[in-house]
Amino acid sequence: MSIIPAELKYSKSHEWIKEEDGVFTIGLTDYAQSALGDIVFINLPEEGDGVTAGESFSDVESVKAVSDVFSPVTGTVTAVNEALLDDPAQVNEAPYDAWLIKVSEVSDSEELLDAEAYEAVVAAEEA
Amino acid sequence: MERKTPLYDTHVAEGGKIVPFAGYLLPVQYGTGVIKEHMAVRQQAGLFDVSHMGEVLFTGPTALASLNHLLTNDYTNMPVNKVRYGVMCNAQGGTIDDLVVYKFGEESYLVVVNASNREKDYAHMAANVLEGTKCEDISDSVAQLALQGPKAPAILKKLLPEDQIPKGYYTALPNVEIQGMKCMISRTGYTGELGYEIYTSNEDAPKLWKLLRETGEEFGLIPCGLGARDTLRLEAAMPLYGHEMDETITPLEAGLDFGVKLNKEEFIGREPLVAAGAPKRVRIGLEVTGRGIIREHQDVFLKGEKIGVTTSGTHCPYLGKAIAMALVGAEYTAEGTELEVEVRGRKVAAKIVPLPFYTRGK
Repeated sequence: MSIIPAELKYSKSHEWIKEEDGVFTIGLTDYAQSALGDIVFINLPEEGDGVTAGESFSDVESVKAVSDVFSPVTGTVTAVNEALLDDPAQVNEAPYDAWLIKVSEVSDSEELLDAEAYEAVVAAEEA
Repeated sequence: MERKTPLYDTHVAEGGKIVPFAGYLLPVQYGTGVIKEHMAVRQQAGLFDVSHMGEVLFTGPTALASLNHLLTNDYTNMPVNKVRYGVMCNAQGGTIDDLVVYKFGEESYLVVVNASNREKDYAHMAANVLEGTKCEDISDSVAQLALQGPKAPAILKKLLPEDQIPKGYYTALPNVEIQGMKCMISRTGYTGELGYEIYTSNEDAPKLWKLLRETGEEFGLIPCGLGARDTLRLEAAMPLYGHEMDETITPLEAGLDFGVKLNKEEFIGREPLVAAGAPKRVRIGLEVTGRGIIREHQDVFLKGEKIGVTTSGTHCPYLGKAIAMALVGAEYTAEGTELEVEVRGRKVAAKIVPLPFYTRGK
């Protein structure tokens, strides 16, 4: 069973989002890290880069395959979790601590799901 | 519709993540993940279900002549209970498949082929065997387990007297009984590690799996899936059909010279291989020096000029770095040469390193 913290928001493409004072912190959900398997490399944008809702901003390589990570919001990257560049396995170990990027100046957003709605998305994919 | 091996229910019960592969439903990994499975094989032991592999029996007075006609290697002076690698070429010298041949008698051989090529291989074999050879696809009645890793001999010793365990690399014992289960055991594998492949009946396969799991537990044995099988073979630079070779790549280009005997009088594909001379493109090893993971079918550049394409690539758990194999022009193979590989629109730096990436300590 995947862990889905109640206080976070989610995208259908398995990113989690935490909003605090206009800053959106984005990471991969427990379901996503489990489906990917052992993560060995994360390619992240740089501070100041723009991200667009619904578009890929990162690729995550597991031993098996590469996957895109999609931004749920449009805005500017204000912080990058550089610790993941050297130790990407943190995403497997603690997916809700190992955030990928923080985005500010958000001008657009996908429809974000609450934990209950996201749980239904996961349940449908697991079925 | 994918087929199930006789161990399908066992994989599900063991927590295997099931995926379709070569027409079969097989576990890509179990709960511990690819890296732990990979490391278990390098340091302790791992157990794989490889029942999807194809098995074709060659019997009859001309069985040897048929094999020598169909395959690139020479099986003439092969002792009984010996195993020998080989390649099956098309008339143009391209690779139909790579395989291993077991000899069990002067007129009795078992050929083990890749699951994805089984139908194509059998059709080619049946169409080209000599009169006096019976060739028979027995894949559906054979299960195969691979017990791989430095602890594999100790695990087998718990179950068998020493004379029932094959000693030499690439040797086999055809009539071994493990607790009443009839098995054929060979010291072979696809991991670059010491290990065995154990053939048995479909009926006995789940029982044998369970017995090996229980016996191996104290040695650190864990079940391993296709993911670890691929990273292990890549680290050992063992070629995989559909990657390092296919119908358009010759075994010489793939660097399989040791299994191609051009001095043999005749085999299908020999003439074009001889006519082509030294291969114009060759298989090389790459180590990523930049940031990223190289995968298969990505373009390789030297100073901006495309010189070839990658055939396999991944992050290698034991070496702890990203590696790849590529097919490039023969003039570009000097060790240490710095290249770039285009990974999803981004150039990743890599350098040429010798193959294999990993060699088992003696």
